[in-house]
Amino acid sequence: MSGTSKSPWIIHYDGSSCNGCDIEVLACLTPMYDVERFGVINTGNPKHADVFLITGAVNERNIGVVKQIYSQMLEPKVVVACGACACSGGIFHDCYNVIGGVDKAIPVDVYVPGCAVRPEALIDAVVAGLGALEEKRAALELASSYEAKELAKAAEQERLAEAASQPLLEEPAKTEEQTDIDINADEEPGE
Amino acid sequence: MVMIKYIAALAFIVLGPFIGAIVQGIDRKITARMQGRVGPPILQPIYDVKKLFAKEDATVNGVMDFYIILALFFAVFAGVIFFMGGNLLLAIFVLTLSTLFVIVAAYSARSPYSDLGAEREALQVMCYEPFMVLMPVAMFLVYGSFEVATTVDIAMPLIVYMPLIFISLIFILTIKLRKSPFDLSTSHHAHQELVKGMTTEMSGKTFAAFEIMEWYETVLFFGLIGMFFVSSAWWSWLVAIGAIIVCYLLEIIIDNNFARVKWQTTLKWSWAITLLLFVANIAILSFI
Ligand code: SF4
Repeated sequence: MSGTSKSPWIIHYDGSSCNGCDIEVLACLTPMYDVERFGVINTGNPKHADVFLITGAVNERNIGVVKQIYSQMLEPKVVVACGACACSGGIFHDCYNVIGGVDKAIPVDVYVPGCAVRPEALIDAVVAGLGALEEKRAALELASSYEAKELAKAAEQERLAEAASQPLLEEPAKTEEQTDIDINADEEPGE
Repeated sequence: MVMIKYIAALAFIVLGPFIGAIVQGIDRKITARMQGRVGPPILQPIYDVKKLFAKEDATVNGVMDFYIILALFFAVFAGVIFFMGGNLLLAIFVLTLSTLFVIVAAYSARSPYSDLGAEREALQVMCYEPFMVLMPVAMFLVYGSFEVATTVDIAMPLIVYMPLIFISLIFILTIKLRKSPFDLSTSHHAHQELVKGMTTEMSGKTFAAFEIMEWYETVLFFGLIGMFFVSSAWWSWLVAIGAIIVCYLLEIIIDNNFARVKWQTTLKWSWAITLLLFVANIAILSFI
């Protein structure tokens, strides 16, 4: 049991979307759909977010931004590509500056089709993302568990032992320049 | 009698965060209903904090964690002093110390957002601190003691002597609870704005500790409200609980109906209103 799947906080980034999908993302927060029922909060802060919603394709200008937001989010995190553009580039796919779908920049967990995506589809996607989120959390827990730590320790010791059995590297011989340096070179000669 | 003090302190430490969390959950629910939404479950704040604890460990720097833990510790300490019936002035100073540690933690991140939040929080401290220090002074003038426990021994509740100061307290609590129109340093509702301020750089366990600190603070503020209503009569406790509920509902309504104001306005209003009411209250007291 964990709170992870009960409080997915979202960060929404608009790539090169036409704003159609963004309007639908925001529609999810309105009284009509009210995703806060499921504990979803639209944070504007990658450090607080668990789910990364991207609308629009990745292009030459925003690929860095997308990667940075992703790297600032803490594990466990999932990425949801919202709309045709975010999935594959959509109608913008052959624009000169468009690289393609979001998966060209960062790993995507859930693809939501639609142009524009329907709010219902988005809610479904976040729920699907929760499954991935839960899996990642379990993996993270395992990685920090006692056994994993013991295994890592054993591997580290083996590596150290191996390193110790290797002959030490010989000290590099001093070059002429180094031996010739006169410590008092800067000082004025005494009178 | 001595036992009761320790039980109250223990109850605060153990039950405090739960009460704070549920109050916050109810707050979010009522807020959602006021906006025509269904709203999250009442236990949502607890789910949130549990989620935050399961997040990866990563902080901007180790110092920030340390400051936030200290802030949490002093918030609890202030509550323990208060609920043991100790010195009100001391409890308020320790509570301020806790807030100062949050400010230093926010500054330590060196990010423009959290710097701005920290600055605004410092301004907020400036807004409410004069009153928070004067309130125990007024209590001393009435009871001749700074001890919170005195309120339980005397037949007349504080509200009878200090009605204007109580109004100031409600005004100040809006700032202290970080509610709109005074949610300058960090806001509970505006998630995508600059006003996430102080907490911008906090993540995972650090942010969870900050949330828990807010729960403790909320309960302590309830104590402050209740203090004005309890007297030696047993039923005064029921009145106190009723007053706390009414005051908190009022805070929620204020929170949802007012737009955020600038810090200049906050400073002007808080000093003008609280100090004027304080002086008026003291003047009336001296004539009676
Ligand atoms: S998928 Fe359609 S609606 Fe969404 S951003 Fe692309 S073009 Fe706009």
